[in-house]
Amino acid sequence: MPDLSDIKHKLGLGDEGLAGLGHNIITAPIEELVKWARRRSLMPATFGLACCAIEMMATGTAHYDMARYGMETFRASPRQADLMIVAGRVSQKMAPVLRQIYDQMMEPKWVISMGVCASSGGMFNNYAIVQGVDQVVPVDIYAPGCPPGPETLLHAILALHEKIRTGELTQRRDVTGRGAEIELGPEYAPDAQPEPVVIRTGGLYE
Amino acid sequence: MSEPTASLEETPETVELSEELNNNAEQLHGVPVTDSRGQLVLHPSAGSYHDLIELLVEEGYDVCIDLCGADYLGNGTRVLPASVEPERFELIVNLLDVRTPRRLRIRVQVPESEPMVATISGIHPGAEAMEREASDMFGLCFEGHPDPTPILLPDGWEGHPLRKDFAIGSIPVQFKAVEGR
Amino acid sequence: MTTLDHLRNRDAVLRMSEVEAEERAAVVDPDDERMIINMGPQHPSTHGVLRVTMELEGETVLRSKPIIGYLHTGMEKTAEDLTFLQGPTNVTRMDYASPLFNELTFSLAVEALMEIELPDRATWIRMLMCELNRMSSHLLFLATNGMDLGAVGMMIYGWREREEILRFFEKVTGLRMNHNYIRPGGVAADLPDGWRDDVRSILKILPERLDQFDVLMTGQPIWRERTQGVGVITTEEALALGATGPILRSTGFAWDLRRAMPYLAYDQVEFDIVVGTYGDTFDRYAIRLNEIRESMRIVEQCLDLMPEGPYRTQDRKVTPPPRARIDESMEALIHHFKIFTEGFKVPPGEVYTAVESPRGELGCYLVSDGGAKPQRMHIRAPSFVNLQTLPHMMYGGLLADAIAVISSIDPIMGEVDR
Repeated sequence: MPDLSDIKHKLGLGDEGLAGLGHNIITAPIEELVKWARRRSLMPATFGLACCAIEMMATGTAHYDMARYGMETFRASPRQADLMIVAGRVSQKMAPVLRQIYDQMMEPKWVISMGVCASSGGMFNNYAIVQGVDQVVPVDIYAPGCPPGPETLLHAILALHEKIRTGELTQRRDVTGRGAEIELGPEYAPDAQPEPVVIRTGGLYE
Repeated sequence: MSEPTASLEETPETVELSEELNNNAEQLHGVPVTDSRGQLVLHPSAGSYHDLIELLVEEGYDVCIDLCGADYLGNGTRVLPASVEPERFELIVNLLDVRTPRRLRIRVQVPESEPMVATISGIHPGAEAMEREASDMFGLCFEGHPDPTPILLPDGWEGHPLRKDFAIGSIPVQFKAVEGR
Repeated sequence: MTTLDHLRNRDAVLRMSEVEAEERAAVVDPDDERMIINMGPQHPSTHGVLRVTMELEGETVLRSKPIIGYLHTGMEKTAEDLTFLQGPTNVTRMDYASPLFNELTFSLAVEALMEIELPDRATWIRMLMCELNRMSSHLLFLATNGMDLGAVGMMIYGWREREEILRFFEKVTGLRMNHNYIRPGGVAADLPDGWRDDVRSILKILPERLDQFDVLMTGQPIWRERTQGVGVITTEEALALGATGPILRSTGFAWDLRRAMPYLAYDQVEFDIVVGTYGDTFDRYAIRLNEIRESMRIVEQCLDLMPEGPYRTQDRKVTPPPRARIDESMEALIHHFKIFTEGFKVPPGEVYTAVESPRGELGCYLVSDGGAKPQRMHIRAPSFVNLQTLPHMMYGGLLADAIAVISSIDPIMGEVDR
């Protein structure tokens, strides 16, 4: 593979790829226009799983009204969506489905992790729930709450709008968010089980 | 079909339980019976459980409201009649008679060495999904079940989560680093 | 032919594993018009993560099977790790459309095990909040049912009314959903001042809004065509499958635990049981719409009959002391500490309590070994059992009717999968 680094540097690409291109008087407004269009018409994919889905629906209806941000059309097909609001707890059985739906979405796409169960496993720190949906998909905004009220979700959406407005168009994200990168000791190995329960004396088992 | 004991009065709304109903001597349909906070509990053996359910349907308990398992590994504190041998697993069936109306509970001791009982989905089709859940969660086998596939757990899951020797699976909570932005 | 034979012979349940279904689907036989398709778990018309595999012949649904487990949270395992006071936080997230009912059935089970008496005001507050929750849950049903069947505006209308009730819940419990308000021993806090005015304002606006729903849906020919005669089930089938709630009542059988086995103070208020005739989707919709009206009647009676007194039991071993007392009394501080760290101990025993949730009989089987945490907690979820009627209701109908049927069962996957 020929060494292209010096050519890249001369063209102004560097390590940031296209983002390193300096904008001129013509391309800068176009970028602003594209980012404006993207953030003002985000189309969420329906990914309501549990209780947070109810609050997500409440955000979409008349009282809190996501339609003023152009987002009331929840697209059932992930091909037509560009925002996935993971609303609810993701179980082990659902995690591959979540990844599949995420992969079916077209770039550019964003993920809001709504609620504590999606952000970190929430109160369900057990065998059944994925401890944070960023183990599976890269997350842009985390919205805490159990469930987050519609105001919190709207705040998360507006934060995402800010992120789109100030962000670079062509920055690529890691394939997964890699989660919390917790190093688990050997006692958390899949086949490691805790000490057997000591049978109490005096019980019916005696 | 044996007659219920004379001390058991049944009014149209509730089942009145007499004070003489003690834990050891009373029998109903040939199985020991106890009283738990005013609720009637029968304790058949794993072999006679299916026939008892059929008998109770004729008695009027035609709705199987709930079927679940329980794991008593290492835990001796439970109320059982003296004639009933405690085992590790229990199968609990709650029945409902909508005409009277009244409720009844059945607890079957299921040994760990042979966790198999007959299915009652032939008598109560509604028990089919409940039995699948009990077999997923505890590893109980229901002989003759029409669809013994996992219901709640993913395919290929090893272990039975509600057993006491299955760890809850919690991981240490750490705070995720937020990149400066 | 008995009901059981009828259910068996109809062969409505697609009993094969997912692997077999995929293999069957992969084999393409040009003469065979039947195909097995998969709907869900992510789909706009399923209520939560329900997956249904259907065997279709053209547009007609023959056999089907609901596949669940996509929201399995291990709540029954988590319950063995939480004290009895923390229990309601866990169970409240099962049926998240009517969370107060989960808390109620768990609290009633704990109180039955402990054999403690509650003050009247606690009972009546619970009844008031539960009936309001029934109203908000049925409004959610009307909204999602309408949207599934095409009346998309119903989504906006249903939530508009629901917001009024949720605002009252936020005022009383602090949260819009998953309140953790009904706890063993009573309720978490007293009703705030002026609650009667808030409830009256809800009761004032609802009747005309419900009439608007009648205009939009009940009398409308398209709605009737889509729901009448769709998803029919008979009483015997429903009882054999264990279905309760609006599904059983739609068949004409007037079974409501509030009337048959009263709990709380339901024997002191007047209300009617709404019953259908044909056991179809329209009946279930109409039952839920009218149950809102019946719940409004109960709430109005609660306004007048609400007794004064403490809102939770005074037994200090169970109920935390008032916060002000902690500064004054050492004993209060110790009680507070013990209750919130170790938890109160419940005498050994087992009990099954049931309440009538908007979906059917919601039961809690609770076993205590004398400690501060349950030995076993099992929630008998109505949607889990009601979903078994799905194949029998969908049999012989069209694919579009399948959506109507799923919607009319009103499953909440949180309690199905637990």
